[in-house]
Amino acid sequence: MLEIRFHGRGGQGAVVATILLAKAFFRAGYHVQSFPLFGVERRGAPVEAYLRLDREQILIRTNSYTPDHVVVLDSTLLEAIDITRGLKPMGWILLNSQAPPADGARFSNFRLAWVDATEIALKHQLGTRTHPIVNTAISGAFARILGAPPIEAVAGAIEEEIPENIEANIRAAREAFDRVEGVRS
Amino acid sequence: MKRVLEGSHSVAEAVRLAKVEVISAYPITPQTHIVERLSDFCADGSLSARYLRVESEHSALAALIGASSAGARSFTATSSQGLALMHELLHWASGARLPIVLAEVNRALAPGWNIWADQTDSLSQRDTGWIQLYCETGQEVLDTTLQAFRLAEHVSLPAMVVLDAFFLSHTYEPVDVPGQREVDRFLPAFNPRFRLNTETPCAFNQLAPPDVYMEMRRSIQDAMEEALAGFSQMEEEFSGIFGRRYGAVEPVECEDAEIILVTSGTITSTSRQLVKELRSRGERVGILKIKLFRPFPAEIIRQCLKKARKVAIIDRNCSFGAGGIFAQEVKAALCDLAERPVVFSFIAGLGGRDVTVADLENIYTQVRNQEVPQRESIWAGLHPVPAPELNR
Repeated sequence: MLEIRFHGRGGQGAVVATILLAKAFFRAGYHVQSFPLFGVERRGAPVEAYLRLDREQILIRTNSYTPDHVVVLDSTLLEAIDITRGLKPMGWILLNSQAPPADGARFSNFRLAWVDATEIALKHQLGTRTHPIVNTAISGAFARILGAPPIEAVAGAIEEEIPENIEANIRAAREAFDRVEGVRS
Repeated sequence: MKRVLEGSHSVAEAVRLAKVEVISAYPITPQTHIVERLSDFCADGSLSARYLRVESEHSALAALIGASSAGARSFTATSSQGLALMHELLHWASGARLPIVLAEVNRALAPGWNIWADQTDSLSQRDTGWIQLYCETGQEVLDTTLQAFRLAEHVSLPAMVVLDAFFLSHTYEPVDVPGQREVDRFLPAFNPRFRLNTETPCAFNQLAPPDVYMEMRRSIQDAMEEALAGFSQMEEEFSGIFGRRYGAVEPVECEDAEIILVTSGTITSTSRQLVKELRSRGERVGILKIKLFRPFPAEIIRQCLKKARKVAIIDRNCSFGAGGIFAQEVKAALCDLAERPVVFSFIAGLGGRDVTVADLENIYTQVRNQEVPQRESIWAGLHPVPAPELNR
């Protein structure tokens, strides 16, 4: 079983990102479970959401403590909270960022990847200039670093889950899939 | 067709498929997603129900008492304080023999203010004459909602579908959403023997003096017994159409088990993971999952537990001054046996505190290593609280 933790700020779409990827992995034949941090939501405050996936039925119904990978939708969170809490060694950290963090040494136990999902979201006119919606782009990038689910499954999940701008969201996911950096091939 | 659905939306899908005619709604976290989705269904025409927005949970149930009396299939959802506010009318709905279905998302009662999973809200309504069905998975939530209408209308009693806050209500997972034709076969239109009707006026719920009241109460008890007896027949038909069944209780690896964990709700699912791991290490452990709490399936529970050496009941609830509520009921069921297992009662996970595989293993190890329980109910996973300084 894999557990992935998503960090974002209230209103950025971290919860929807886990739902999208749950649907995409389900389309690719996985058992999935996704859920938000069971808390009180506030716009702009740090939020977390989780994704579990497995080839077998998932039995545990508890919070998630030791994720295999972490996705960060807002790089200002790196200074605000410990995004590596419980993260397993060599787990991926996927950042929405133009560049790798300046002090990358503190992440040396992990694998770093980054993509400018904000720029991609703005280019495809997702959300507003002050509140770009980056979740579809980051989902595309995640599919690339993990090698799953197939980007076509992500596109299918976007069609199923996102109520508007479906084509622009799919283009954003594909572009982030192509542009994510830090992936050793 | 299998879709990835939120637990709350699984309830809403079942209500849509049940072709409910009247929905009343008052929002409360963590239930709100249920009535939000139903509002969408009513707005987009996929469900043609009267959707009433009311000013309190008390009114929500009052409205349905009217609707159900007029012969409409009726639904509402609530949690915690909302269910507590309905209390008076919960009795009214069962006394009036109205098969209303209510989705109850288990949430802790305040104060302290807490929106997380805890069964004390629904269990403190155990004597109101409502059928209570506890769920473990998103699929079971959807299926149980359909079953609840069928069972309730069969015996003319209201039914509560109970699901854990967040662990079910806000969790997305694959759920098979059945087709309308299959559901129609399982759940025909609601057609009560008596209904409010201006063509043939009659009065309901009149004064019931001592010479009739007791027989009316007895008929509720009889209806509960009929619900228990009819549960497996109902599930037989359900499984014939949908290929799934749950049982009033489900024994898991109980045949040769020395220790049986008795669970309800999502703690059952996490316990299955533990039992898988313990069994692979040769431990003789099983689970008895209780789905149907009212009517209480005491005889089946006796049969499932009687061969075990020890039983550990895990309650996400507490009746203050007594202990875990499932534990009290199970102990009462076992006391008729000449030889019975030693019963341990654990209280865990109140107010949404997580109950992990490690927590459950801890409970299991305590039970394995002790011959008799040290207390009436053992509180698992308590944090140490410093003693207050005394004022002199």
